[in-house]
Amino acid sequence: MGKLLSEKTKKVFLGPLNKNNPITVQVLGICSALAVTAELKPALVMGISVTIIVAFSNVIISLLRNTIPNSIRIIVQLVVVAALVTVVSEILKAFAYDVSVQLSVYIGLIITNCILMGRLEAFAMANKPWASFIDGLGNGFGYAWILVVIAFFRELFGSGSLFGFPIIPEKLYEWGYINNGLMILPPMALILVACIIWIQRSRNKELQEK
Amino acid sequence: MNTNNNSYTLIYAIVMVIIVALMLAFVSGALKSRQDANVELDKKKQILSSLNIDTKGQDAAKVYDRYIIGALVLDINGNIRSESKDDAFALDMTKEMQADPNNRQLPVFIANVDGQTKYIFSLQGAGLWGPIWGYISLNDDKNTVYGTYYSHASETPGLGANITSDEFQNQFIGKHILNGVGEFVSIAVLKAGKRAEGKDHVDALSGGTITSQGVEKMLKNSIGQYEKFLHQPTNGGNK
Repeated sequence: MGKLLSEKTKKVFLGPLNKNNPITVQVLGICSALAVTAELKPALVMGISVTIIVAFSNVIISLLRNTIPNSIRIIVQLVVVAALVTVVSEILKAFAYDVSVQLSVYIGLIITNCILMGRLEAFAMANKPWASFIDGLGNGFGYAWILVVIAFFRELFGSGSLFGFPIIPEKLYEWGYINNGLMILPPMALILVACIIWIQRSRNKELQEK
Repeated sequence: MNTNNNSYTLIYAIVMVIIVALMLAFVSGALKSRQDANVELDKKKQILSSLNIDTKGQDAAKVYDRYIIGALVLDINGNIRSESKDDAFALDMTKEMQADPNNRQLPVFIANVDGQTKYIFSLQGAGLWGPIWGYISLNDDKNTVYGTYYSHASETPGLGANITSDEFQNQFIGKHILNGVGEFVSIAVLKAGKRAEGKDHVDALSGGTITSQGVEKMLKNSIGQYEKFLHQPTNGGNK
């Protein structure tokens, strides 16, 4: 990997996973973090889809960055993202129909994800394609792991299952355990995000506001 | 090159839009036939699913041809407009529901499951965020529910979206849509513990109240349109 991942690219890739996380530090993409984390499966799929789309739209915008007129740059970014998402959705509909039916809502949500516009505007407009690609992957993964962690807790305590398979033993229910319905409601995602932010900030002094 | 120039900006926008439009048109055109085939196959799977037949790993089209032995297209007064399977299958319920009720065409699929006749009705309604739809199959008494299938465009995952789960759908099996004196009353979807007067009920989804109400309304409205057909004698209808 040596030359492929220099110190700088490594930082670009690893930063978003922790100290520059899109959700917990940049506070982007919170809306979709609420919407798709009631269960683990949609959260994982959303994480992967966003990672792919951020990485590739970052590359496209980075290639175009010197030609894009300043006054319509946001529109250009939006068109690139929307076109990419539409093409992916059309291809899924033709070759993986079942997946596309399950994803129908989320695919549309990708376009509105603030992380996309945030990364395009903040990184791809000013950096070379390869670095932008890495930045996209890093932010995508940074987004995905938070989503998966939230979904893990929400599905486990809200529905007693993981990936749809029951995990909590029947015995426990017989003894009077009940699933916490609050966990599957959207506000719980916010509380869990807050818990993650709390843990992260208590461990990283530099993230704490004075 | 001055990229802040007005005419440059204008030309850039025009060229970009044309390229993107051409690309999307090409992709959509190239994939259209495959997508249509998928949609058709999916509809067959949905209809079979209302008969509690799982088509996983099988050729859904063949299974469909084996079980679905006929179909009718009815109008709102229960008159038969067509008896062709293809006509009934080709009906787009979303469009029919927007049509004037007097011109509305309603499909009934007739299935043969282990020698028993089942009638399948098409359902169309609204959930919290968008449309919900499905199919319901009745035994040949046109009263007892044999199976149901529900789907949705954009209900909340983990809450309203659970109308697609077997737990929810299987509750309907064996319920009756007519009351003791043979009037159509549909099936109520109620919070656990509540009871409906004079009709059968199932439990609603916790956290999915609006979607559950949507299912109840959908059943009442959609099956209601077949009411004349429900009261016709079982074999033949009024040919």
